[in-house]
This record gives sequence, structure tokens and C-alpha cells, in this order.
Amino acid sequence: MIGVLGLEDGTRVEGVGFGAPSVVSGELVFVTVMSGYEEALTDPSYKGQLLMFTYPLMGNYGVSGDNFQSDRIGPTAMVCREVWDRPLHHRSTRTISNFLEDEGVPGVSGLDTRMLTIKIRSQGAMRATLAVGETADVSAEDVVGLARDQPEISTLDLISAVSCRQPYRIPGEGPKVVMIDLGIKRSILDSMACLGFDIVVVPSQTSPSQIEGYEPDALFISNGPGDPQQAAGAIEAVKHFAGEKPVYGICLGLQVICLALGAETYKLKFGHHGGNQPVKDLASGVVRITSQNHNFALRPQSAEGTGIKITQVNANDGTVEGIRNDYLGMEAVQYHPEASPGPLCTKERFFASVAKEIEGRRR
Amino acid sequence: MPKRSDIKKVLLIGSGPIQIGQAAEFDFSGSQACKSLREEGVEVVLVNSNPATIMTDPEMAERIYIEPLVPEVVAKIIEKERPDGIIAGIGGQTGLNITSELAEGGVLEKFNVEVLGTSVDAIRETEDRDLFKSAMIRIGEPVPRSRAVETMEEAEEALAELGLPLIIRPAYTLGGSGGGAAETEEEYYRIVDMGMKRSRIHQVLVEESLVGWTELEYEVMRDGNDTCITICNMENMDPMGIHTGESIVVTPIQTLSDQEVQTLRTAAINIIRALKIEGGCNIQFAAKDGDYRVIEVNPRVSRSSALASKATGYPIARVTAKIAIGMTLDEIGNDVTGETPASFEPAVDYVVMKIPRWPFDKFVKADKTLTTAMKSTGEVMAIGRSYEEALMKAVRSLEIDMDLGYAGKYEPWTDEEVRSLLSTPTDERLFAIYQALRRGISVEEIADLTKIHPYFIWRIENVIAMEDEVRDRFSVPILRKAKRMGFSDDRIARILGKERAEIADLRIENGIVPTYKMVDTCAAEFAAKTPYYYSSYEDECELAPTDEKKVLIIGSGPIRIGQGIEFDYSTVHAVMALRELGIEAHIANNNPETVSTDYDTSDKLFFEPLTLEDVMNIIEKERHFGVMVQFGGQTAMNLAIPLEREIARRGLDTKILGTSPEKIDVAEDRERFNLALQKMGIPQPEAGYATSPQEAKAEARRIGYPVLVRPSYVLGGRAMEIVYDEKELEVYMREAVRVSPQHPILIDDFLQNAVEIDVDAVCDGRDVLIGAIMEHIEEAGIHSGDSACIIPPQTIPAAVQETVREYVKKIALALEVKGILNIQMAYKDGIVYVLEANPRSSRTIPFVSKTVGIPLAKIAASVMAGKTLAELGYTREPKIPYVSVKEVLLPFEKLPGADTLLGPEMRSTGEVMGIDRVPGLAFFKAELSADNPLPTEGVVFISVKDEDKGAIAEVARRLTESDLSIIATEGTAEFLARMGVAVERVEKIYAGSPNVLDYMKRGEVSLIINTPTTKQSVRDGFQIRRNAVDYHVPYITTVQAARAAAQAIEIAKSGEITIKPLNEYHQEVR
Repeated sequence: MIGVLGLEDGTRVEGVGFGAPSVVSGELVFVTVMSGYEEALTDPSYKGQLLMFTYPLMGNYGVSGDNFQSDRIGPTAMVCREVWDRPLHHRSTRTISNFLEDEGVPGVSGLDTRMLTIKIRSQGAMRATLAVGETADVSAEDVVGLARDQPEISTLDLISAVSCRQPYRIPGEGPKVVMIDLGIKRSILDSMACLGFDIVVVPSQTSPSQIEGYEPDALFISNGPGDPQQAAGAIEAVKHFAGEKPVYGICLGLQVICLALGAETYKLKFGHHGGNQPVKDLASGVVRITSQNHNFALRPQSAEGTGIKITQVNANDGTVEGIRNDYLGMEAVQYHPEASPGPLCTKERFFASVAKEIEGRRR
Repeated sequence: MPKRSDIKKVLLIGSGPIQIGQAAEFDFSGSQACKSLREEGVEVVLVNSNPATIMTDPEMAERIYIEPLVPEVVAKIIEKERPDGIIAGIGGQTGLNITSELAEGGVLEKFNVEVLGTSVDAIRETEDRDLFKSAMIRIGEPVPRSRAVETMEEAEEALAELGLPLIIRPAYTLGGSGGGAAETEEEYYRIVDMGMKRSRIHQVLVEESLVGWTELEYEVMRDGNDTCITICNMENMDPMGIHTGESIVVTPIQTLSDQEVQTLRTAAINIIRALKIEGGCNIQFAAKDGDYRVIEVNPRVSRSSALASKATGYPIARVTAKIAIGMTLDEIGNDVTGETPASFEPAVDYVVMKIPRWPFDKFVKADKTLTTAMKSTGEVMAIGRSYEEALMKAVRSLEIDMDLGYAGKYEPWTDEEVRSLLSTPTDERLFAIYQALRRGISVEEIADLTKIHPYFIWRIENVIAMEDEVRDRFSVPILRKAKRMGFSDDRIARILGKERAEIADLRIENGIVPTYKMVDTCAAEFAAKTPYYYSSYEDECELAPTDEKKVLIIGSGPIRIGQGIEFDYSTVHAVMALRELGIEAHIANNNPETVSTDYDTSDKLFFEPLTLEDVMNIIEKERHFGVMVQFGGQTAMNLAIPLEREIARRGLDTKILGTSPEKIDVAEDRERFNLALQKMGIPQPEAGYATSPQEAKAEARRIGYPVLVRPSYVLGGRAMEIVYDEKELEVYMREAVRVSPQHPILIDDFLQNAVEIDVDAVCDGRDVLIGAIMEHIEEAGIHSGDSACIIPPQTIPAAVQETVREYVKKIALALEVKGILNIQMAYKDGIVYVLEANPRSSRTIPFVSKTVGIPLAKIAASVMAGKTLAELGYTREPKIPYVSVKEVLLPFEKLPGADTLLGPEMRSTGEVMGIDRVPGLAFFKAELSADNPLPTEGVVFISVKDEDKGAIAEVARRLTESDLSIIATEGTAEFLARMGVAVERVEKIYAGSPNVLDYMKRGEVSLIINTPTTKQSVRDGFQIRRNAVDYHVPYITTVQAARAAAQAIEIAKSGEITIKPLNEYHQEVR
């Protein structure tokens, strides 16, 4: 099989196809983690995107399922330099190629991914089309044309595709939260369950009155794909509960909270996708390395007058990484404290402090 | 937190001479630290005994001391300089040990010197095995079950408690020296005994064996504000049980899942926090199926941190120095991107491979088994976009005349012999895996025998599959595929039975040329500013050649015996000279430890193997004005003629700068050189040439024994020997070198008891600048690289020195030298003989430059770039009113079994310099620096061959006058007694007790003077010297050195050692 990748800027490259033969389109983004392809590939936040790994060797330790972040592959396709199909690891059950094949997702390897990364770095995330199949079937495919015909990612409702269909509960002895699922990663739920949170996970369109029915101590907005403007239901819910219940958010959740409070978000040139993003805590000055996956961010100037206090910033580019609104009892982080993949520096700190805060308010 | 305003002056301790376990990485770290501190306005005082370092260059620090690295001397420097702080973690184990001793001795407190960065307590907590273990237990990190042992009784208890097999590691030693793995009780007690003797605190750690676990490393960094980051992780291809410095290492980790990688990362950060380390630190783990153990923590920059810096582009030492003066990671910039701070974790988009370089080609008798102690002298690093590419580039970089597919000597081996090479780790194991796969031995069996993860073996299997594809179905697309996997043209040509040039041409015709990618710390997420490149066969080349005049300087590759840090020093100086002249300077090199491969040393850095193909590829892209081959040792020199030919063949304009390759050949080709000397009327030792054993015997008889024999095709003294009679010649031709018309041997008259002379000079084609005349302390016949030498000459009459100068000038002009020249001569009975001339930078260039205060390599590079000596203002030979001695460091302690005898083959790994107003003190300092301290009291054991007895009586008398007592065996004792020297007689070793070994074991001998008879010296001599090394007793093997020692002891007893910065010495140069 071959894989032909076309970008909206006219770039067309050919590599080796793997996974499920098909023609798919979306936005091409790159992620810089060197391990953790299993977690990244099952992250629902990559919905609508072709995920390119900058580290060249993929598949070395196979796929175990232990670290899946959802029940399916998040991104539309996988783009990489090399796939290793002889994994030997005590937890591995299949190869990465088998995994993509099983899940019906196409992949392409053998590409100069650094060249493509530099294109994205200088021109921004680009619409792209990947055609994977036998040479005769796909070599004539107009992948560049197809890429250009794609709608912009901001206009797509990706959330409803990855949010849960029905509410479900993860019972616990601790604080009770309603988690609005915009495409939640399993590690967030695991991290919270470990601390005893009593969690009700609800679909993205759940109404405030339905949420009230669960009598939560706090509301939690999850991560998810695409533009936060598309999360209308969650924005409404935040507005509804503002001042009534504490509200917390991770990643897209932060952006949703900010929009609900009247601030603005904007699209970054190519986003933050990796496990090495430095986040500085403005109070202590300590920098922690975080895992991130987002294309949108809070416009800091727009936070003025909304009661949003910026508590953490990215040490690389100064973008907002953490906010609080003490008056309304809100807190959110732009990065992924649950990591998976990536460093665990912020995991315990974030979830434990949320638990403590809710407990404190309950008393 | 901004930098501290109370720290105005800082003392940096260097790491001393290059030795096994401590190579150029500390010059790299130290130089970076100097620059980093001075950027912040801090005054730097530096002390190091190693002149062949960039860190001891006048531009690097306010005051530089080349003095012995012992606590007493450093204390004097502190007293004089009164620094506000001292940084312990830059000068390797040497720096840590001295800082600890100064703190323990109260010196730091007395002079109010603060230990900056990592504290002495933190150091102690990582180095003391018991403290370390309890710290780990306190924070819940798993460590191997173990016990610290200080007596043989405790050793017995530990054995009973833990059971065999066991690992023994001495506390406070370099590179795990003196440690090892024990499988039997006998081995166990022997290693424990040795380990305790080597340890500064007489302590070893006995621990459960994790043989077969995967060994992993993390480079971690912490600032005073508690921000912690990991710079990179590494996986050793070789499993636990082999020192990481001896392992093939790949970055990043290959076989662990993210969950495991993050678990170890979290552990690493917990550890650096718990130990309160400030700056860089290396943490080693063992892992197996999700379980792990913490193995050790090095609270300092290290060889691994140098590798991590080069592998990621993150300057660990630079950042460590800034943290030491109070800055935090987010205040320190990332020079590579120029826009992001140092508080991030590098992401790589390539694979990095490190392979150690071992000295076993020089030590045939040494035990080649790789263990927990280091034996390698250096290492290479290669970068590729695939594992196979990185691996094959690394093998090419080793310069061992082998590639992965090397069959040569393995061909006749039986499968069983190959299997034994698999199960016993040696330098050859990588090649043995290839052989085993070729013979159809299964991956499972290889993995079982080697305990290496099958992943790494499958990668080699991929290479084999590609070879078969090339052989069976060669086409342009296959060629492209093979190049993309990392095959050299040369290898492809050999598989196909074609010429390298044919493949190169086919490749270039079809546009299969390398692309150069940047090492940027961030996997292309940000635009990088530092020009650090590696080749790969991808779509996009990131190189942007300028229109400036530019020159490529070829580096010297891995540190090995005969080619050490001196050549890196010269390479860096050549760069400096070019940049000062406004010429764009590029470096090609593959040694991750060095200053030359630091990202801000040159205008462009190419991290590449130094083969004809790899260098030509760079030239084809950049179209340099010129190439310099004179600075990178034999590695670069060997490329002179091939490069000139290939440049002409490819029709490029690039020139080989400096002395022409044609004249280089005159100097290097024995016959042509002899003819040239004859024409000039310069004497040379009688020489001959033989293509058969019969011819060799006839020639040797004609010349007269003893003769110096060596193969004509090997340079650098390899397989060179002195033979005293026909019987020895026969043995040499039978065991060492086979003589044939293809491989003739050279036979030279050996000038017994001659004084050897070395001269370094620069010539611009008209004028000749003599840097210095060096007189060797050992007689001719000992490789010049192993001989101590002295500036100015002490026993050579002025008229003879004039002759030396005259010959140097004659030869320089006759060889039309443009650049640098080293000439070796011997002086005997009023005649000066020229032994060899090397139109390239020599090992002694830094020693001479530091002694006389003139940067010879820099001047040479300027001359090669077109300047004249007159223009540069250097035409007169400098005269110094002080004395400087170079002494060498020998690696025998690290190489069990190796004979410690010096000969015409070079054995030393590094050098030190002792400088003072009189010869005795300079020699005393040099010996002290070379870890061969001359005693001022105690017992001297003397055993010399008959010819030396007369001379040694005088030495013995002077020693007794200095209140040392003498012991000797029968012959020597009788002779000395007859000469009126008070001497006590001891038994020969085989004759019973008490013999000298008993004295040594009891620690009762302070110095050994043992001159060996011939090559096949009696076993006694070997045992004495070997034991001297093992029990750490200073020893001397030549009469000349003994004489110098006697004088040094005399003077040292009468006067205290004084210290003086190098710049003050240089002001006295006339």
C-alpha cells in the first residue's frame, strides 16, 4: 500500500500506507512526544485532525490497550516517518498497524515529517487529505484539491461526535461532580476516581436543569476537540452555574469557562501538542513541564473585567495556561494534568487541590 | 530569582588529565561554565593540571592556574584568590572529591567560600552508599538490595545475606574503577579487597545483581526555586552489568512505553528534589517488565551529560553554572531557539547513537571483557532519522576499519566461537551479533546469550536484509532505500564488488544526496538559530550556504590512545583564528565530549562520521574555499590525499589548505622522507625495509641490534617494538606482525640511551617560528607521547640546540610547510638525528602554547589562511625564565592484566603540566598531577637492570640523603651496598617472603624504581609493576626519570610548593 498526502499549500508527498485503506481529510497538526503514541492516538481532542508525530520511530513497544484514552482512535489519520511492526513488550497485544487497521483508520509512514513540521510551523496548521490504498487505486487521487475543499476546523461540530451518548456514573466517596464530556480523556476520569471523586459524566448537550438533578458539588468541563465556540451547551451550563457551584475545566474546558465569562479565545498558529510545554506558576515562580494538546487559547487582554485571573502562563510563548475566578469559585488549566502521554508533574497537584477546594466549600 | 549580587568571584576546578573514565567532556563542560559565568559578569578563577584544554586558555578566565589538583594546592589558591564561591559539579569526580576534602578540612569555612550549586551534603548523600540508600528508602524509591562494606568481616556477612552473583562498587572512584561483578566467592573477596583499597573512604557497596535488566539514564536539572526538568533519557543497548560508559547507548528510550518512561521520569524528579541538587544530575535506573530500581545518582555534569547536551542541543553545563549563581531556569535563555527559556524539555526528531571507543588495539594482553568498570577512552555519537542510520554512522565514526558487515577475521571462526563472543561482552559484540545473524543463529538465541533486547537485534537484522536486497536486486530505487537506511557508498560498493567512486557517481547522477537537518532542541516546533547539522537522506535540506569565504576543519573523532584532546584543542583554535579573520569556519566531527562540537564554537557544526564520503558530501553542499586537515590528528591527515583526489575528480574548486598533500606524503612516506633528509645532509638513524622474514633478519644484522621494527602501513606507533636480538625479531614476526611484500616492515637503528627531542614550529613558507624545544626525560625508544618532557632543555648543549633549530628550519622550508610542523629528533654522542617530521598539529601543541604563552595552532591556522608570520608579529622563538614539565597519565590501573611497561607504542591517555621556577619543582608538580606523587619520606624499592646500576647508585644516594630508605633485591642490593648506599635486602618474589609484594600489600612502599630488562622481561618485573598499579604505589621505569625524581624530592623537601597564575608566568616571556 502507498499513502499520498496532500496539503492545502500544494504540497504532495508519497509514502508507505498502513492501517485501513481510505481517503480522509482534516487538519494536519504535529505532536512532539517521543513516546505515548497509544495515548495520543486515542485522545478524542484530535478529532478532525491528521496527527503527525515529529519523533520518527513509532510502534516500538506495540499497543497494549492499557493506556487508551477513549474507545476509539481520535485523529482522522496517523502521519509518521517509520512504523515498527515487531514490538516486543510485556504488555503489547498488537502492532500499531494492526491497531489502525482494526479501527479503520489510515496511516502513512516514510515521509520527511520534519519538512512537513516546518511547513506547519511557518504557515500554520493546514487542511490536508491522505489517501491510503494500492498504488493503482490512490496514486491519481487529487489529494491537494480535496484538502482545499475541506471546511475550516472552527466551523465543524466535532464535539458531538466524541461526547458520550448517555450519562454514566463513576461512584466514589468524595466530592460529587458533574463532568460535561466534550471528548474526555480516560486518564482524567481515572485520576479523579483514584482520589475518590463521585463523577457523573454527561453528554455535551445536557441542559442545566438536568445537571441540577444530579445535585453536584461542582461542575467540571472536560477537554475536547476543535473550537470552544462549538461547545454552546457547555457554555450555557457554565453561565448557569456561575456563582452557584464551583466550576473547573481542563483544556477546552478552560476555553469554555472563559467564553462563558465573556472573554475571547483565538486560534493559535499551530497549537501546542506535546509533552514538553513549560508552564510557569505566577505565584511561586516554579515551572512545571506539562502535556498539552490544543489549538485555541484565551486572549489575555479580553479577560479584563471578567473576573478571570491568569495564574499560570506558558514559559515559551506567554500564552495562558491557568486561570482562576475566586469570586465565582472557578479554576481551569489549559494543559493536561492527567498527562498520558507526557510528564506527570502536575497530576497530583491539580486534582488533589480541586478535591480539597470542593471539600472546603461543602463544609 | 535574579542572580546573586554577592557572588563576584568564583573558583572552578577542572578535572585534570584525560584518563579512562574522565575524558574531554569536562573541558567541554568547564569551558561552557566559564563562558556562562563571565556572561553574567562573574570573575572566574580556574585551576586545572591539564594544559590540553580550552578552559585553560587565557581568554576563558580572569586567572588560570595550571597546578596539581590536590586539596593542599587548591587550598593555597583559595587563600590567595579569596573567591566568594566554588562550583564543585563541573570538574567531574576530581572536582567533587577536592571540594569535599576542602570542606571536610575546614578550608572553605576558614576562607568563607560558599559551595555554589549542589552542596557538599548533597554530594555526600549520593556518594556514600548507605546515605544514598536510606535517602531513597525515605522517598519510597526502590533500590537494589545492598550493603556498604568497610571490612572483610562485613564482606562475609554481606555475602551470606545477599547471595551470589553480586556487584561490587567502590565509593568515591572514577568510572567505577576497582569494581566488578562476582560469580564465585573467590572473585567476590578479591574484588572487595581491591575496591576498598581504591576507595577514598575505604568502602564498597555490595549489591544484588540485576544482570539482564535494561539500563536507563535520565539527565535531570533543578534550580534553586525547585523547578525540575529532564533533558533527555537514554537506553543502554547493553543490559545491566556493563558500565554505562562501556555501553552502546541510544537516545531516546526505545523499548519502554510512555507509562514506563513517565514513571522513571517522575522518580528522577523526586530524587533530584529529595537530594536538593542544584544544576545538572545524571540518574541511572534498571528496569524489567514494568519494575524498576534506582541504581545511582551523579550530582554533577558527566560524560552522559555531555552526550545529552550534544544529543539534544541543550547546554547542561552552561545552565548548571547559571543556576549555581542563583538564576532560575525560566530566566536563562535557550540559545538554540533564541526565544524560549531553558525551562523546557528538549524534544528530538531523530535517533542518537553512542558507541564507546576502546583501547584494546593498544593493549593486546588486557582483559577485554566489559564490566561495571570503564575501559574505554572515548566515544562517538551519530545522529540519524532511523535507528539503522544512526547505528551505521556511529560504527563508521569509530575508525576501526570495520563496518557492521565486516567479516574479515570472524570468517574462519566456528559458530561456537561466535557464540562465546555473544555471551561474553567485549568491544566486538556488536559485530558478533551481525556475524551470528549471518550464520543463521536465531534472534531468540542471540538475545538469550547477550541479554540484549531483541529489538536491537532485529534492527541489525534489518541491515542484513537490506544488504541482501542490494546484492540481489540492485537498482536506483534500492540504492536510494539503502542510503536512506544509512549505508555508506563504500559498503554498497563492496557488497556489489564495485568501486566506491562508481556508487558515489551513480548516486549523485540520480540526485540521491544527503539532506542536512538541524538539531534544534524542539523537533522543529520553533525556528532554531544555532547551526548544528546532521545528514540524512530525506526530502528537505535545511542547510543555507552563504556566499562568504568558508573553510571546513576536519576534527579528530573519538578520543583514543595516540589521539587525545590535544587535537580537539587545536581544532578549536583553528576555528578561532578563522573567525578572527572573518572567514566562516565549519567543523566536521563526531565526538560528543568535546568543545569543537559545542554548538557555538563554529559557524556551522556538522556532526558526522569522518570518512571520505561523509566529508565530501558536506563539501559538495557548501562548496568551501578550503579544507584544513592539519588539526584533527591522523584522522584528518589520512583524508588529505583522498580528499584532494576526490575534489579533483568531482571537479570542485575546494583547496586543501596549508602544506600540500604531496609534501605531506613526503613526510609520511618513510622512503621519500629518508631521501629528502639525505639530500639536506641531515643525519637519520640507519634504516631498512623488508618484505620477508629472511630479508628482515639480514637488514637487522646490517643495521645492528637493537633495532626498532614496525609495520609500514600502520601509523602512530602501533605494533612498534624494540628488538634486541634475532630471537626477539623472530617472535615479533611470528606473533605481532606478518611480513609480506604487501605488508613490509620497517627496521630502524635504535639509538640506545639517546636523548629525544621534540620541536613544534609554524612555517609560512618563508619564516619559521619555533615554539619550543622539548627535551624528553625518558630516553629515545619510549613513544614520544608517553615520555615526560621539559622546556627549556636541561642537558642539551647550546650548540646542539642551534643544530636542532637549523634542522627544523631546513626541513620546514624543504617540505614547503604552510602551517604547523612537529619534528622528533634524537641526540647522541654529539650528533642530532632526525627521527620523523609531521606537518600537522602535534600532541604537544597545547603544552608548548601554554608554557610559552603563544597560541601556535591559532597562528598556524592564520598562516594557512594566507597570513605571514611577520604580519602576525610572531617570528622570534620565545625564551622563558621558568621551567615547564609535561608528564603523562597511563591507564594501567583501569586495564587489569595489561603490562605497565613503556615502549615505542603509545600507551598513555592524557597529560599534565607542572610549571615552576626550577626543574625539580616543576617535575615534582607534574608527578603529583599525574597521580604519581613523589614521596618525601618512606621506603623506596629499587630493582634495575645491570646497565642501569651505575646510574642508579647516584639516585639511591640522593634519596637516602633526603631521608628516604632503600630496599632492593639481591643483585641491586649488593651493588648498592658496595657503592656505600644504606640498603635493606628483600627476597625476589619467587624466592619467598618477605618480598616486595608483601611490603606493597602492607602499604609500606612509597616509590618503586624498576627498569625492565627487555621486552620478554622476567615475570618478577611484570608482577612488581602490575602490583604497583593495583596497590597504587608511585613507580618509575627509567633511569632518567629516577634522576629527575631524586632531584625533585630533594627540592620539594627543602621548599614548599608555590602557586602562580599562568598569565603571570607569561609576562616573564622574553
